Amino acid sequence: MALIEIKNLIKTYATGDTYFNALNDVSLSVDNGEFVAIMGASGSGKSTFMNVLGCLDKPTSGSYFLDGIDVSKMTMDDLSAIRNRKLGFVFQGFNLISRTSALENVEMPMIYKGIPPEERTKRAKAALKIVGLEKRETHMPNQMSGGQQQRVAIARAIVNDAPIILADEPTGNLDTKTSIEVMEFFVKLNSEAKKTIILVTHEPDIAEYAKRVVTFRDGNIISDEYNKNPKGIRSSERVAEGEVSLNDDTDKAGG
Amino acid sequence: MIDFESTFKISLRSLYVNKMRSILTSLGIIIGVSAVIIMLSIGEGAKQRINKEISSMGSNLLMVLSGSTTSSGVRMGSGTQPTLTIKDAEAMLIRCPSVLEVAPTVSQVQQLVYSNQNWSTSVSGITQGFMPIRMWEIESGRAISQDDIKNTTKVAVLGSTVTTNLFGDMDPINKTVRIGGMPFKVIGVLKSKGQNGMGQDQDDTVLIPITTAQKKLFGTDFPGMVKHISVQAKDEESLSSAETEIKELLRERHNLGKTKDDDFTIRNFTQMLETAKQASNTMAILLGSIASVSLLVGGIGIMNIMLVSVTERTKEIGIRMAIGATAMDIRIQFLVEALLLSLAGGLIGVVIGILGAKIVEMFSDMTVVISATPVLISFGFAGLVGILFGYYPAYKASLLNPIEALRYE
Repeated sequence: MALIEIKNLIKTYATGDTYFNALNDVSLSVDNGEFVAIMGASGSGKSTFMNVLGCLDKPTSGSYFLDGIDVSKMTMDDLSAIRNRKLGFVFQGFNLISRTSALENVEMPMIYKGIPPEERTKRAKAALKIVGLEKRETHMPNQMSGGQQQRVAIARAIVNDAPIILADEPTGNLDTKTSIEVMEFFVKLNSEAKKTIILVTHEPDIAEYAKRVVTFRDGNIISDEYNKNPKGIRSSERVAEGEVSLNDDTDKAGG
Repeated sequence: MIDFESTFKISLRSLYVNKMRSILTSLGIIIGVSAVIIMLSIGEGAKQRINKEISSMGSNLLMVLSGSTTSSGVRMGSGTQPTLTIKDAEAMLIRCPSVLEVAPTVSQVQQLVYSNQNWSTSVSGITQGFMPIRMWEIESGRAISQDDIKNTTKVAVLGSTVTTNLFGDMDPINKTVRIGGMPFKVIGVLKSKGQNGMGQDQDDTVLIPITTAQKKLFGTDFPGMVKHISVQAKDEESLSSAETEIKELLRERHNLGKTKDDDFTIRNFTQMLETAKQASNTMAILLGSIASVSLLVGGIGIMNIMLVSVTERTKEIGIRMAIGATAMDIRIQFLVEALLLSLAGGLIGVVIGILGAKIVEMFSDMTVVISATPVLISFGFAGLVGILFGYYPAYKASLLNPIEALRYE
């Protein structure tokens, strides 16, 4: 079975007497290790789909198997545990907790997993090192650039060893240069750490990093294409030349 | 659910981040707790003062007063008609099983003169039983003895106020004072008892042998008559039986038929003081309740701020939920925050309350007694208030929808 198996998913919203199908019989299956971009204009249903996919919302009907578990009928409390263990979130607005250090932000998912404090600190430091922010552990979100904040958010998403990373417009608040760095980080996580990455975006050049592009319109999937030539870490040469470094700690751009 | 230590740290952190707000929120609890402690300490002080008074007056005490005279239809009040005699007192001791000791007393206001000083005070003729019943002790010299009473010697024991007024710093023992013009040798000075509950100076008194008073000092038409008899019952339980026994005995001895009124009055002073004690208890409870209301208001303050805090931190709640916090985790976090606020407030309140009580004691003549009970009760109540008023905001936070909470700006 695929890592994500969605069949005949319908999500209906009621506004007064009228019902509106935000998702209209959507089926999708994603295998372990895929890098999927979900595209679509606003109102296409991609956000609703992302919410269901992220176990933040429950479908009206249809089935959703995540890693072999039927999550469509779970209670909100059980979904919390699924989110905690199976999913890592990266948001457009970074969504770090303010006035809380980078290290503490990264530790947070492990608190809710019940990992003892010493272990938490150890793993959070390791995750911050992966995103190249080991020197920014004590910094508060408002003391960091947008790119750095998003890297803290990525560290938070991977710290619990979740197999899936859901990124909702992760570059929406970043400038082009920082966007490239963040996207190349996702490519690296996909190719090296074998994380399954599902990315929501409306920017075609961001979607180009994905190996598969799913497009939504009016609550339906209208296309599902594999990208033969995804943008890789095309700047690997440039990294070698020192132009772009993933572990760039001097990143001041973005925000 | 997550471990308590982490919850505690998260909560403590959020409170620390909003220092000023946390302090102001706790202020309600601080004031409430300190008010409760101060009020209850004052109440406890009043209670202990009354207790001290009971023991200074003498325990298990009944006072038998002679009856009232009626002249041309005008009744003159207790003690005006001399109906009690020393024989009555002696009979009580023999025939009333609940009576432990009796002290028949006569008293009059007399002028005392020593050298160029003079002082007017109440002079009491007493028997030997008087001092132990009324808890008088000798400071210096000696008490009135059985021989003094038998021989009608002209000796006097002075209260400390009288001593100060007549003798100043001099030692009055063996000096001669004139009481109503008659020379008395001072044989002793009483240990000071201070004021009684009504503010009267108990030390403004002179004791002389009852026989001397009756036969030599006070001119009286009715020899052997006494003004009142102090009676000590065996214990607190036998007070009312003693009262009944004395009443029956005196009615029999005074030949009062079934239709006649008593020609004496029995006052149960211990009971009166017990009533005063209850009154002060009621007062303490009343003051404590009013103070508790401020504690309650403090709790509402906590609820208010926690509600604001939940709204303000909607996004944070959304983030926490997205990364795996359950509704219960969120609820406990906010509940612990409220509890921390109230307990920290309680702790500071205890310190301020104790200091406040000390200050009250220092700057007023009130007796203030700080005991553990009000401290523990008010602190516990603060915690309870925190849980009660923290629950609703915490519950509200836990009901948030993570999607909407994440979208909140």
